[in-house]
Amino acid sequence: MRGISKRFGTVLANDRLDFTLRPGEIHALLGENGAGKTTLMRILYGLYQADEGQIYINSLPVTIHSPKDAIHHGIGMVSQHFALVSPNTVTENLILGMTRGLRLNLRQAHEAVRAAAAQFGIQVEPEAVIRDLSVGQRQRVEILKALYRKAKVLVMDEPTAVLVPQEVEQLFSSLRSFKEKGFSVVFISHKLQEVMAITDHVTVLRAGRLAGEVPTKDTNTNELARLMVGRSTFGMTRKSDDEHKALPALVLERVTTLDNKGLPALKEVSLAVRAGEIVGVAGVSGNGQTELAEVLAGIRPVTQGSVLVCDEDVTNATPQAMMAAGVGRIPEDTRANVIGQMTVAQNMVLEKLHHFSQKGTLDRQAISRYAETLIEDYQIKASPNDPMRTLSGGNLQKVVLARVLAQKPKVLVVAQPTRGLDVAATEYVRSKLLEQRAEGAAILLISEDLDEILQLSDMIAVLYEGRIMDMRAAHGATPHELGLLMAGVQKG
Amino acid sequence: MRIQVERNPAPVWFRALIPLMSILLTFLLTSGFVLAYGANPLQAAYYFLMDPLSNPVRLIEVLVKTTPLLLTGIAVAFAFSGGYWNIGVEGQLYMGATAATAIGLQMHNTPAWLALPLVILGGILAGMAWATLPALMKVWLKIDEVVTTLLLNYVAIFFVSAILNGPWRDPISQWPQSPEIAASAVFPRLIPRSRLHLGFILALLVVLGVWFVLSRTSFGLKMKAVGFNIEAARFSGINVERTLLMVALISGGIAGLAGASEVAGIHFHLIDAISPGYGYTGIIIATLGALNPIGVSLAAVFIGLIDTGAQTVSRALGVPIYLGDVLQATLLLVTLGMLLLQSYRISLRRQVGAPAE
Amino acid sequence: MDSILSMTFLVGLIAATLRVATPLVYATLGEVFTERAGILNLGIEGIMFLGAFVGFAAAYKANEAGLAGYLWIGLFSAILAGIMMGLLMGFFSVTLGVNQHVAGLGITLLCTGLSLLGFRIVFGERSVLPSIDPFAELSPFKGVPVLGDIASQYLLTYIAFLIVVPLSWWLLFRTSFGLNVRSVGENPEAVDAAGLNVFRIRYLVLALGGGLMATGGAFLSLAQLGAFTPGIIAGRGWVCIALVIFARWHPVRAALGALLFGGVFALQLRLQTLGFKLPFEIFLALPYLVTIAALALASRHISYPGAYLKPYRRE
Repeated sequence: MRGISKRFGTVLANDRLDFTLRPGEIHALLGENGAGKTTLMRILYGLYQADEGQIYINSLPVTIHSPKDAIHHGIGMVSQHFALVSPNTVTENLILGMTRGLRLNLRQAHEAVRAAAAQFGIQVEPEAVIRDLSVGQRQRVEILKALYRKAKVLVMDEPTAVLVPQEVEQLFSSLRSFKEKGFSVVFISHKLQEVMAITDHVTVLRAGRLAGEVPTKDTNTNELARLMVGRSTFGMTRKSDDEHKALPALVLERVTTLDNKGLPALKEVSLAVRAGEIVGVAGVSGNGQTELAEVLAGIRPVTQGSVLVCDEDVTNATPQAMMAAGVGRIPEDTRANVIGQMTVAQNMVLEKLHHFSQKGTLDRQAISRYAETLIEDYQIKASPNDPMRTLSGGNLQKVVLARVLAQKPKVLVVAQPTRGLDVAATEYVRSKLLEQRAEGAAILLISEDLDEILQLSDMIAVLYEGRIMDMRAAHGATPHELGLLMAGVQKG
Repeated sequence: MRIQVERNPAPVWFRALIPLMSILLTFLLTSGFVLAYGANPLQAAYYFLMDPLSNPVRLIEVLVKTTPLLLTGIAVAFAFSGGYWNIGVEGQLYMGATAATAIGLQMHNTPAWLALPLVILGGILAGMAWATLPALMKVWLKIDEVVTTLLLNYVAIFFVSAILNGPWRDPISQWPQSPEIAASAVFPRLIPRSRLHLGFILALLVVLGVWFVLSRTSFGLKMKAVGFNIEAARFSGINVERTLLMVALISGGIAGLAGASEVAGIHFHLIDAISPGYGYTGIIIATLGALNPIGVSLAAVFIGLIDTGAQTVSRALGVPIYLGDVLQATLLLVTLGMLLLQSYRISLRRQVGAPAE
Repeated sequence: MDSILSMTFLVGLIAATLRVATPLVYATLGEVFTERAGILNLGIEGIMFLGAFVGFAAAYKANEAGLAGYLWIGLFSAILAGIMMGLLMGFFSVTLGVNQHVAGLGITLLCTGLSLLGFRIVFGERSVLPSIDPFAELSPFKGVPVLGDIASQYLLTYIAFLIVVPLSWWLLFRTSFGLNVRSVGENPEAVDAAGLNVFRIRYLVLALGGGLMATGGAFLSLAQLGAFTPGIIAGRGWVCIALVIFARWHPVRAALGALLFGGVFALQLRLQTLGFKLPFEIFLALPYLVTIAALALASRHISYPGAYLKPYRRE
């Protein structure tokens, strides 16, 4: 790919990028969130059209208008949010778009899928329904889907984001065997350790531009970090934790609840978070984290158990009641949980409109003033009347953070706070959390990012299939141990 | 060369011209029908748009026609703004008309200062009552309100037909129309010896009230939040169920008022055809007005204009009056398309991938 | 007076049920396909109305011109009109991606207006309603007790239950077309990533749906009535929308739902003649109320297709 540029509105996502992939190579496309990696690969796969530039395959220029062309050229994509149809079976997903004629011979298709699975050494059950599969299994289906279409190039977008350490190892060994068979892999990631471990070559993007390109063996994590963000290390080191025996501010006692399908999502979860403490809940997505956050947000009822905030029973309380009890909530998917079409100011006051209205009428000046104060205090790059949806991910998160922290909550329930944010925003959010901890808030941090959990937590609880596997001090916990717990392996 | 469509707001001049372009395109598309009758499309356009404005009598007629349209249009716009798809305005109107008639028939010995508020209140409450079942089904059982409100329209019309053919059948003429309501229950004229009645003022007040609620109250903000993103609204502590219920009831009440207005202001008794589809036209008006009260008011007047003009067109040019219906439906679709196009910028792009020179 | 449980009454009821259910089967199946692809087509009421009008007008004119098979000409014209309206809905909901509720209602209003206007244009003002000889009923078991009466149905009814319903099931679950349609309604991204054209699949389904809906309408004017009146559809289209949910988007269940509604409708017609001292409008309203009640009882925990109401864009 040479000279690829792509603009979305006012944002230049790709700025004259060059990218070269050789046969039998695992090539990392590295960059922080928002650097343009996914955009570049979506152009390769035909989902976007570049504004400028040219793609060459085997030195011949090609035009890729749509995924159909990309597949024709042997390019397969395993996206971050799998492109699978959940009520359908594995086979139905695999043959989608590859059927000849009108009639479907499902038995024949199942056989073909079984054969392909054996050929590529990927374990899948053709008649299984996607909905019932684990995340790791779904990823395998996605990979098989690409290979089934005779892909020679596999583009994998953040493949390890949803895997436990052990599954990551399995994935890596699969990738190595693909390499031997002559396939090439584009490995999109922002995780330096993994890039060093598995790849042959690294292309680093920063803010849409090419920051550097090196063979992996000639570089190290510091160098890559420097290319990625312009500094040689990032992240903050925590000050040593002080042992205070404060009282628990948030207590969950045998909380049990169901998910949207009526299946058990949380099974007798018991947790306590003390004032001035961060309890991190680790786990692979889909093990109850979403439901846990929803219970504490007041939008999901519990079928058993109780929730107490500073000894006040708030079991099954409404969101209003939760907030009144002093619980501040940062939702998991921030963009989906703010009103994009409304202004920044309106979103800031939405949770406590009664403070800003007299007899039902809004006090618009007070709202403006409030918004301006928060914007200044939290360095939000937006003005009160900007539509919320025009804000960048980082600023969006700051708005939510601002409105929650301005209430001086006693308890903070925070879910995936830095997902999708660039490094600067990530640091800001994490520093604010530590600040709140220092001021005595009890923080429950639910995150799929194990590094984040290790970095911020005092205590770590691992959630697996709705149960707390273990709770231990963060000091001294290793990713390996936690990985085992996250995969459901109890200590013997 | 390829056509490239990007998510970039269209230039402001385009957006301001949308109403004009929609109208032009609509008339263009429907001119075929006029030509089929050997008539001149430009002349038809004149009768639709200009003639009703040409003399005071016609103008008043436009305002008379606009009255129910303002009410149904704002009723629909209010509901849609809150994320509640109230397609049952027609039925709610019918029930409001029925209640107004029922009360009006009892007001023979009651002075106007008491009779009028009772009639108005009755209409509003009846409309609210008819809107209740679908609203509860939505809130408790999560059943989509589109179908339930629609089906109840037919039930309401059957109900009115039943009482008009039964207990309220006019004893003298034996036609399916109710006896006349008391004189004290009749809406006073705004201009002596004209058809313009109190309902017009009421409609303006309602529009003003809706504008105030939507832009200046906390309830307005909450209901808009629910309309934009129901999950985010719930997360923010808004009682989504209660908000939806209130939106549905208020919308139904306004529709009921439209029914009362038609009975007490125009017909003075209940008839089968008390509404020639005002409820559905309300949807057109709400969409044309982009759901905001000012736009809805303008759209209502515009449709009132077309409705008045349609009669003239039919009389003068022989084109059936249904042309007005086709015109309005086309205008709706064209406007819908235009409103969407305003969020996109269309440009021509050179093909990517041409061999480098 | 026949008692309500007599054999004659029941046989008559069953025969009538099949007949009344026929237009509903066509239209509901059309909407099932459409919603399976993720689109709500509220134009159904209008397209049925248009189908009834175009079918009748075309048949009438063909008859005037002395063409044999004028009824079939009418039917095919109706189907064509339905397909075009389906494509128009496609333009708004797929290409433009506007609000599907409003677009569908707009199409209904447009079709209604066009049909009423068209009727005036074609037939002018007449004191007597124009009519034609409708399709004849087939009576394969004439003379046989019970079965003979029940089986005395229009060809279109036979086609509906014996061909269209099983064919729809087969098409949806045993063909690649059906697989594509179901996938598009659940996760269009997956379909796009697999190299298929999401827009084309949706347009096709809308055209198919439109054709089926128009057939439902044409049945009423070409078979049942032999004429066209403004009240010919009277909200059946909306009932079909409810039936689709009731049927959980499954063709066979949709047919059962159509039979249920048809049964209630046929029943109320008969009850009217049985001398109950209630205004006939109550009976007329009964099917609609039953539909609402059915929705209330059967709509718990229904999972709509994943991409329902969402236009697809490659953002």
